[in-house]
Amino acid sequence: MLSVEGVEKFYKKGGLFARDIQHVLKNISFSCGDGECLGIIGESGSGKSTLGRLLLGIEQPARGTIRFDGANVMDRGARSGRISAVFQDYTSSMNPFFRVEEVIKEPLRLRKIGHQAVQDKIDQLLHQVGLNSTYRKKYPHELSGGEAQRVSLARAVATEPKLIVLDEAISSLDGSVQIQVLDLLRSLRQLYNMSYIFITHDIQAAAYLCDSVLIIRDGQIEEMAKIEQLKNVQSAYAKKLLRMIMT
Amino acid sequence: MNMLKQILKDRLAGVSLFIVAITIAAGAFAPWLAPHDPNHIHMELRYAGPSWDFPLGNDHLGRDVLSRLIFGIRPSVLYVFAALLASVCMGAIVGFIAGYFRGRTDAVLMRVVDAMLSFPGYVLTLALIGMLGVGLENILIAFVLSKWAWFARIIRTSVMQIAETDYIKYSKTIGVGHLSIMARHIVPVSLPDIAVIASSAFGSMVLQISGFSFLGLGIQAPHAEWGMMLNEARTVMFSKPELMLAPGLTIILVVSAINFLSDALQGALDPKLMSSKAKFQARTAVSAARLQGKEVA
Repeated sequence: MLSVEGVEKFYKKGGLFARDIQHVLKNISFSCGDGECLGIIGESGSGKSTLGRLLLGIEQPARGTIRFDGANVMDRGARSGRISAVFQDYTSSMNPFFRVEEVIKEPLRLRKIGHQAVQDKIDQLLHQVGLNSTYRKKYPHELSGGEAQRVSLARAVATEPKLIVLDEAISSLDGSVQIQVLDLLRSLRQLYNMSYIFITHDIQAAAYLCDSVLIIRDGQIEEMAKIEQLKNVQSAYAKKLLRMIMT
Repeated sequence: MNMLKQILKDRLAGVSLFIVAITIAAGAFAPWLAPHDPNHIHMELRYAGPSWDFPLGNDHLGRDVLSRLIFGIRPSVLYVFAALLASVCMGAIVGFIAGYFRGRTDAVLMRVVDAMLSFPGYVLTLALIGMLGVGLENILIAFVLSKWAWFARIIRTSVMQIAETDYIKYSKTIGVGHLSIMARHIVPVSLPDIAVIASSAFGSMVLQISGFSFLGLGIQAPHAEWGMMLNEARTVMFSKPELMLAPGLTIILVVSAINFLSDALQGALDPKLMSSKAKFQARTAVSAARLQGKEVA
């Protein structure tokens, strides 16, 4: 469904006439099938969030292609409502002037359904992420981190996308809330039969949710492994990462 | 409505809003409000003191000072406001495009802005008046041309911050078009910033236009303008100081009101002040206060 081939990305450091170029992603290729959950694991600065933005089609790769169901992911029409995202920072994930219902309504606009259907859908979505309809009138700053991330999830699944990119979606939450949101992610995945790309620095969370993981370091793929074979990783870096969470 | 409530909570801001509103209304309805024709000359009443008929006295040509003050609102405040709106609009369009699309567009637009900003504002205005001739319209044109770049720069910074937030990234992801992202997210969220900088620029523009009129570069006699009234009263500054006091105090009052209001706007437009249930919160605050009171007792 999603196939990434030979993707490279550079950033210019500094201003207009800067010569200093940073090579953020080097020759990244992988694919993600229907209903699959792929974890992308890397330390900060490894280029995993850049990769996330490329997968979402909001930035263009310097080289290589990213195809979603055969179409280039940069094509807005091909993405429309079929790819979705949840981001890390729950304080900026919603327009501060919008109420929760307006937040969830935004993707539903693309679906061109009637007013009453939209209202019902909002209630249904809130219910699915474990919130009740009293949350509809709230403003983002009135929500806790976990609640805000649930609303973001409700918004993300509103158009019943085939793929959701979760960029550090649970990293800014407390431990117990993290587990709740992970469980919610699991149940939503079953409900909608979606694929996840779960970008994180947290191997444990990835192991809890994902079918396979991609370990990325300095913009290069270090190793790709099925979750069952996570113990038998080959590369030194992957072994080191694993050892760090064992101890 | 919510915003108005927030402003009125602050007493100083409430008074400022009142003064600004009254000024604008008086300017708009000047022909009905002014007790006399501002340009009508009564030579027998030269430098007459306040009377029931002429509450603020008469100037060197016996014209009614109060009526001239009221008619002076138009060029001093209303036309300045129109010029402000025009330059904010220009600045906003450039700022939105530069801040949202970034990259090469941003670089090109910002170099144009840099070029505009490298001229000192007063000198640019004087040069334009030199080329186009003396007159209020030319000062206003000069204002628009010299101020828009400054607005563009500030609005661009604000838009850049907003464009990086996750809700914009999300909208882009699900394939919402650039124009509707701007209309639904960027314009409403950056509006408070724009309102604050525009209102703070308003005060200084009112002062500047009065300054230019004082120098005789702005509106031409016999039309009334506050700065020009000051200039006309200058010759009798020591013998009849009250003639300078009236326009001087009016300028001070209106400009300070605008500045206080722009300060209050900053607070009142904070989205964090919006609440899904304001009344409920007020009640809990009261009960919390009561509880504390009990603890002390």
